Amino acid sequence: MTDARAGLPGLPAGLLDTEAIRKDFPILDRVLHDGKKLVYLDNAASSQKPRQVLDAMNTYYERHHANVHRGVHVLAEEATELYEGARDKVAAFINAPSRDEVIFTKNASESLNLVANMLGWADEPYRVDSGTEIVITEMEHHSNIVPWQLLAQRTGARLKWFGLTDEGRLDLSTIDGIITERTKIVSFTLVSNILGTLNPVREIVRRAHEVGALVLIDASQAAPHAVLDVQDLGADFVAFTGHKMCGPTGIGVLWGRHELLEDLPPFLGGGEMIETVSMNSSTYAPAPHKFEAGTPPIAQAVGLGAAVDYLSGIGMDRIAAHEHALTEYALARLAEVPELRIIGPATAEDRGAAISFTLGDIHPHDVGQVLDEQGIAVRVGHHCARPVCLRYGIPATTRASFYLYTSPAEVDALVDGLEYVRRFFG
Amino acid sequence: MRLESMYQDVILDHYKNPHGRGLRPGDAEVHHVNPTCGDEITLRVRLDGSTVADVSYEGQGCSISQASASVLNELLVGKELAEARRIQETFLELMQSKGRLEPDDAMEDLLEDAVAFAGVSKYPARVKCALLSWMAWKEATAQAQVHKEAA
Repeated sequence: MTDARAGLPGLPAGLLDTEAIRKDFPILDRVLHDGKKLVYLDNAASSQKPRQVLDAMNTYYERHHANVHRGVHVLAEEATELYEGARDKVAAFINAPSRDEVIFTKNASESLNLVANMLGWADEPYRVDSGTEIVITEMEHHSNIVPWQLLAQRTGARLKWFGLTDEGRLDLSTIDGIITERTKIVSFTLVSNILGTLNPVREIVRRAHEVGALVLIDASQAAPHAVLDVQDLGADFVAFTGHKMCGPTGIGVLWGRHELLEDLPPFLGGGEMIETVSMNSSTYAPAPHKFEAGTPPIAQAVGLGAAVDYLSGIGMDRIAAHEHALTEYALARLAEVPELRIIGPATAEDRGAAISFTLGDIHPHDVGQVLDEQGIAVRVGHHCARPVCLRYGIPATTRASFYLYTSPAEVDALVDGLEYVRRFFG
Repeated sequence: MRLESMYQDVILDHYKNPHGRGLRPGDAEVHHVNPTCGDEITLRVRLDGSTVADVSYEGQGCSISQASASVLNELLVGKELAEARRIQETFLELMQSKGRLEPDDAMEDLLEDAVAFAGVSKYPARVKCALLSWMAWKEATAQAQVHKEAA
């Protein structure tokens, strides 16, 4: 399955047959304002859903719905099997050593907040308190900044971070001074949602583990786009969300090393996370249930399981190759647009398929509005990563982000659209 | 075309040639931001008795937010406070109309260039841009009055 255009000059090899893939995504057929074909380039914010995922969720509700883990009737057993089956699928998808290391949350933000709260309430040696340090980076999404600011404020711990180079990469030149013996947790994004940068995991993990700190990786922008192997990453926790990877909203994942999940305290209390409850005290269920209080997002887990099947069916390595080729093509085409400045790595090496840019003095909000008029959906603003905008002295960016169904023709449409924007405000 | 209903020539003119931009002395200063898109404005109000003597501002943002601040300056400076408030409230009503309010002659007389923003009210994501400076003006004016009374 390669794109028919792949052999044409200027188009790199490795592209998927997007025409075939797009048939699975009903929404991509939409026609907007006066007959403009939808060009959906906002995948870093949320991906679209294939029919296979929608069908799985519908079937679940039409045939199998009941609450999980507690009933003895047929539907309860079926629902439990589907919910726990989704856990098996996700565990296999990320190569987790054990299915019990996969915790379902409502999104990546909840996964990150969950770890921050585990560490705030933990006993030694994990406990974050005054005298200890938390390390993040300047390119984090707000969801990997604010939970740590909250934890630092509540515990008196010190929050530190890696700065960025002019090229949009992490400045690790002072890594030994930033990650120290006092560091308890290092939390960073695998791929930046605004810059597209793919970060060097090994170097950070090596230093963090050298000083006995835990490592949490935010893989929200990575899990949808390439093979995610938690054992290969070597981190202690990995967080990501379902809706960016063809799954529904309302479901996220936290993977954690088994012994940590056994040692660390629960955060949310409630049904399902307990072993026995008396009025004086309770004991807790083993992981993952210890961290899944209350009725979980069952249909959403089923949808995520179907999404994982769908992505695996195409092959994560092939999706990564497609996006790499497309990003290379897009970077070359965008370089043709006068006054366009890429914010982030300018080449496709060690980079994801989200490309942020500014266009002369035209504010991103205006860029996005005029693109929308042509049916092109991009993201504008600070992308929940305001410190990055401050770092590069810009109020906001326009971001185009690709996925497995994005075609080179859509990149061309973006470039044409940007030319139109320039004429409109020229 | 839809786009022209938002980006009226009047708006683009104000964006390219803003009125009264730059910070000058005032009785109160506020800083407002639009967290979704990063539009920012610092705005000062100077009162002379019950007259709006000056509205000065500095900021960054999209054409809609910047043009709106320019229109505000042109419209409110020199007005009696009561009249300025009536204009602000009418503009707010227009912007919150979701495109359903067709400005009549009386509204056009009152809002002058600001009537050009009627098309923006159809775009929920952009209404905040258009209102940024007007909300800042409202707060700065309230503060300026408190300062005047205290003085």
